[in-house]
Amino acid sequence: MNAIIKDSNTNPRVSIRYALQLGDFDLDVDLDIPMQGITGVFGASGSGKTTLLRCIAGLERRGTGRLIVGGETWQDRKARICRQPHEQEIGYVFQEPRLFRHLNVRRNLEYGLKRAGVNRDSVGFDQAIELFDLSRLLDRTPADLSGGEAQRVSIARALLRSPRLILMDEPLAALDRARKDEILPFLDRMHGELHIPIIYVSHHIDEICRLCDYLIVLEGGKVVAQDDLQSVLVRMDLPLLSGEEAGSVIQGTIGAYDNEYDLTQLDFSGGKLLVPGHIGKNGDELRLRIRANDISLCRDRPEQSTILNILPATIEAIQPETDSMLLLRLKLGTDRLITRITRRSRDNLSLAPGDEILAQIKAVAIRNSPAE
Amino acid sequence: MPDAGMLSFPGSGALWLSVRLATITTLVLLLIGTPIAWWLAHTSSRWKAAIEALVALPIVLPPTVMGFYLLVVLGPYGTIGRWWVELTGDTLTFSFTGLVLASCLYSLPFAVQPMQNAFESLDRRILEAAWTLGASRIDAFFSIAVPQSARGFLNAVVLAFAHTLGEFGVVLMVGGNIPGATRTISIEIYDQVESMNYDAAHSLSAILLTFAFSVLLLMYVINRRWQNR
Amino acid sequence: MLLFEWSASKAYADSLLIAVASNFSVTAQEIAEQFSAVAGHDVRISAASTGHLFVQIENGAPYDVLLAADVRRPQLIESSGLGVRGSRHTYAIGRLVLWSRDPEIRGQDCLRQLDNLGRARLAIANPEFAPYGTAARQMLQRLKLWDRVQSRLVIGENIAQTLQFVASGNARFGLIAMSQIDDVRLPAAACSWHVPPDLHQPIEQQAIILKRATNNTAASDFLKFLTGDAGRAIIVRHGYLVPGRDG
Repeated sequence: MNAIIKDSNTNPRVSIRYALQLGDFDLDVDLDIPMQGITGVFGASGSGKTTLLRCIAGLERRGTGRLIVGGETWQDRKARICRQPHEQEIGYVFQEPRLFRHLNVRRNLEYGLKRAGVNRDSVGFDQAIELFDLSRLLDRTPADLSGGEAQRVSIARALLRSPRLILMDEPLAALDRARKDEILPFLDRMHGELHIPIIYVSHHIDEICRLCDYLIVLEGGKVVAQDDLQSVLVRMDLPLLSGEEAGSVIQGTIGAYDNEYDLTQLDFSGGKLLVPGHIGKNGDELRLRIRANDISLCRDRPEQSTILNILPATIEAIQPETDSMLLLRLKLGTDRLITRITRRSRDNLSLAPGDEILAQIKAVAIRNSPAE
Repeated sequence: MPDAGMLSFPGSGALWLSVRLATITTLVLLLIGTPIAWWLAHTSSRWKAAIEALVALPIVLPPTVMGFYLLVVLGPYGTIGRWWVELTGDTLTFSFTGLVLASCLYSLPFAVQPMQNAFESLDRRILEAAWTLGASRIDAFFSIAVPQSARGFLNAVVLAFAHTLGEFGVVLMVGGNIPGATRTISIEIYDQVESMNYDAAHSLSAILLTFAFSVLLLMYVINRRWQNR
Repeated sequence: MLLFEWSASKAYADSLLIAVASNFSVTAQEIAEQFSAVAGHDVRISAASTGHLFVQIENGAPYDVLLAADVRRPQLIESSGLGVRGSRHTYAIGRLVLWSRDPEIRGQDCLRQLDNLGRARLAIANPEFAPYGTAARQMLQRLKLWDRVQSRLVIGENIAQTLQFVASGNARFGLIAMSQIDDVRLPAAACSWHVPPDLHQPIEQQAIILKRATNNTAASDFLKFLTGDAGRAIIVRHGYLVPGRDG
């Protein structure tokens, strides 16, 4: 479903290098990302994320840069190779749907299809309709679509171009909670069914956690992290990843379902987790997000506790965050989790790196993406 | 030229000539005015203001002044006219071709300005979307910009056509009043008035009015229908 | 009583507004200046085509005297009561000239050229309503050239525009007024043939006093000056003919 795609370094890659002067800061990136799965680009507003995408698409032509996709040089300013946006096989999903108001939905979708390149028909018309559930909307005009419907059409339209690389610039930013929840499943499906690499820009970490396999973090136009998702999330030196949303992602397989208590059991490298609800079939792979504030630690297993998930863990690192708080990185099996505790608690329990302790994770705190 | 029964009435030759002139001028202006309007809408060149003023000049110039300068420039001793005489042996003035040229200059702003306005109100982001979907700039122009600027094109056509149909001062100066070539209906009406044939002048004017009104009405009705699709 | 008469005549004695056909306006200026100097009346001139002046007069324009370019309009004014009966006089007779500035034909017979115009054009004033145009057509018909030149004719709305066509070289030849060719601003003539007056109806230009100036002695004084020796001398100097003493 939305299992994390592990990058193996032997695959072809996308090499992205740009340097240009913007108003407040300079964009200066040198990236090397996988040719598969979804690569997230995370950063605060104004950190250069959109500019980066526009450079890749060929919409921004200032500065110097180089873009090599799967071994093919698409842009190399020094060598004067600079493909026009329409010559690059790229699909771009903007923040706003940008549908053509003089064409109905069907014609909008066909627009990219008609101009598809060599990769033609790698995404079929019917497949896209089905993927985004657009069959009822085909004869409508853009003016008659809701925000969520319009954005789905917009994404499908970009896909129908049969691009070799998809760029998505905060595609859910203009939507409210309900619309977002409506579209996210479609993006999950897209991730699962298509094999086109996607670069997904967002400043919402929960979207990133839900969808991405690889993560780039931009700050002030510079790359401060580029690695697979799980590794980046547990780095404690990125102020961007701190705060309420700090947390980690693990991948698990559904092992069993408790009918009586409506609890699903998820197996992962660090043990078994119980999660409320029937969130999938046995054998389904899921990713789980656990926020740092939702994990507490103890040395001795409590006898009577409402917390269902108590798993052994090793403390890998401890990092001060504020005067009162600390971040800890825990290792459970081959996975890592981040947790946040008070300095006083650390002192009370005399916690140090290398210690074996127990991590307590409230069942209700575990976030997952809904099953199909 | 139509000659069947009802289509032939005194002054019909002049009317069809005026219609031909207005039609050809409008088509030529669509052809050359569109790139000018597009450039003006998108350029940040420092010449933009100067070019805009130049384009708007025919609105301000009295037609007879314009006609006078054209008479000189297009005449056999003028910069353009001289070359034309070498090419064809005949003067550019007193010819239908010369009138078309003069009319294009005279009605230029009436075609360019509505199109420029329409292009300026195009959302650049939509064009970007088209490019990323595989459309070259030319392709995006025809598949997106043109349909979305339809109102501008229609206004340009209506204004250029109507303006040329009613053209008098310039035709007076460079036309030479040659039947079948430069005797437009406005000249014909003027001559009838000068000759004190007021009845003829009245009926020709009525015909011109009716014709012009019908054409304009038709164009606006079409525009309305199109908008309500 | 004396006071009343004096003030009444004073009111009329001051200025005259003369409507003049465009082709005569330069000549009229000179006449007006001389007249003012001699008679002490202030004269103002308003020039336009005879047709326009006529329409204006029909609609109440405040002219005192009309100097037209034809006979027809003054006749109409007289018969419709817009003008003073009996004040209609021929003041000048126009002459046609066949003229060209084109250096290529210098030294050649001007009239002969009309036999094969080729690509060249001949400009005349509109024969339907411009007196010089009517005369031009008559002359061409008389000389059996009318049909031949038809396809190369260019028509000016008035004699002034006709001159423009030919002075700018757009028409190689033009049948223009003799009163026009002496202007120093014209390019040099390559050929200039005075059309014998017997080839067309005389281009009579008539004047008439308008109703408004019925009791205006200055108006009748002006007309007398115009048709008297002093006026005639000026008129002839400007390239017109004048009618015989009784004309």
